[in-house]
Amino acid sequence: MTFLIALTLFVLAIFLGIELISKVPPTLHTPLMSGSNAISGITLIGAVVSAGAEQTLLATWLGVGAVTLATINVVGGFLVTNRMLAMFSSRKTKKR
Amino acid sequence: MGETSNLIQAGYILSAVLFVLGLKGLGKPRTAVRGNALGAAGMLMAVVVTLTDNKIVSFWQLGLGLVVGALIGGALATQVQMTGMPELVALFNGFGGLASVLVVGASFLEVRELPEDPSATFTLAAAATALIGAITFSGSVVAYGKLRESFGSFGFSSLRYVNGALMVVSLALGLLMLDMPKSVALIVALVALGFLLGVSSVVPIGGADMPVVIALLNSLSGLAASATGFALGNSLLIIAGSLVGASGLILTQIMCVAMNRTLSNVLFSAAPVAVEGADADETYVGKVTSTSADEVALLLENAERVAIVPGYGMAVAQAQHAVRDLAKALEANGTEVVFGIHPVAGRMPGHMNVLLAEAEIDYEKLIEMDVINSTFAQTDMTIVIGANDVVNPVARQENSPISGMPILDVDRSQTVVIIKRSLSPGFAGIPNPLFAADNALMLFGDGKEAVMAMTKALSELSNP
Repeated sequence: MTFLIALTLFVLAIFLGIELISKVPPTLHTPLMSGSNAISGITLIGAVVSAGAEQTLLATWLGVGAVTLATINVVGGFLVTNRMLAMFSSRKTKKR
Repeated sequence: MGETSNLIQAGYILSAVLFVLGLKGLGKPRTAVRGNALGAAGMLMAVVVTLTDNKIVSFWQLGLGLVVGALIGGALATQVQMTGMPELVALFNGFGGLASVLVVGASFLEVRELPEDPSATFTLAAAATALIGAITFSGSVVAYGKLRESFGSFGFSSLRYVNGALMVVSLALGLLMLDMPKSVALIVALVALGFLLGVSSVVPIGGADMPVVIALLNSLSGLAASATGFALGNSLLIIAGSLVGASGLILTQIMCVAMNRTLSNVLFSAAPVAVEGADADETYVGKVTSTSADEVALLLENAERVAIVPGYGMAVAQAQHAVRDLAKALEANGTEVVFGIHPVAGRMPGHMNVLLAEAEIDYEKLIEMDVINSTFAQTDMTIVIGANDVVNPVARQENSPISGMPILDVDRSQTVVIIKRSLSPGFAGIPNPLFAADNALMLFGDGKEAVMAMTKALSELSNP
């Protein structure tokens, strides 16, 4: 991937992110933050390759550390967001 | 990362689409649960197709990391109390940032073994990841400690120059890496500087500014992932990282507007200093009326409309369930109850909403500041619990540390009851003339106990 393509993706994604988020009600600020936080754990896919590739021992263990931390971020982030949102939505269904 | 197979590329595109739909869904109450699930599905898709990468030759260490990480993450997410949510979000953030640093570290070691020099893109992106990721990690850990109240804020006024100098040195080292792209010392120094900057930037920031800091760290963790994507040449990392970076920036902006402060003001100025003339004795002596739970209950019994304004003090006192019981009792008595939520009440964006949702209060009763402000004049009683600066009418005047900050106009309701331990000032360090206003009653005591006493007194009145 050339630098120019990478930069194009970066700029477009930033604008897309701003468009997506600009009108979020305050009730959802925390779940949005923890949900997007879980998505930022995407660095996990880089970590997965580092931990499994054939390379120096140090690099492998850096990769394993990265996999562990990123997985905590991802699994914990999505689960905790779901828990929060369940509190918001359960009453809605009860009421109707 | 070199060649990736068509399967991996296709998976990454699908996963990027799922992230976009997921974030979009998270923005609306009705679709939020599905949005979160879509995001998780995108992540699962990304990890599964990555596992087919033929560079992966050994699966056991990788599996170990995945299992241990999932167990720890799952345990933290299911065990946490809702009052502990800001800390946990900060901690997860920090882990994501550190993971990016380690990924780039591993990749750096690999590239170093090659005969040729890495590209300038790789070098600069690796340097950026090392710095941003390290700032995210140490900044989040400090935020975690502050939120758990392990330590308070401290700093000195010239700290901002120190931070500025650290930043300049970091940028210089990053550029120097272009000349020495294989220098382990340089990249380690960048990580170390990042750790230092994260600590020195977050340590002086006071508790009330925490929502800004948490949102900003959230943004930085996304940008760190994005920079990792530049280093590895991975499109999905760039896209997902930038999406999160942008959404974090928007939240940061919303929080800053809610405090009428700029981001640089939050980051680079020490805690505001009390202005002259705003003397506590002068404001309070002889003017403060204190009340009792029984007296408040008498007023509540005949109230048609009651507004409850919670602040961080409600979280500290763990009073959200007691507040719910009071609201239920009032509604049983035919009173309309609404909650007025200031955007920066609490320690993270949306903090009060999460706590009240945990206490099973319908989110439609949580009214935003702009909407509820026009209704205070028709409100018989407003109960302020654990909030201070966000209801301080001084904000409407010139020359105070909080001048211009949007506040909840609770003083316009017929009676205001403020539940508080003492007359101590809020984060801004200034007295609150609201406490001495003619229509204000102070109910001194622990938030939870006071609310429970009010509920009890009210139910005795209505069911004698």
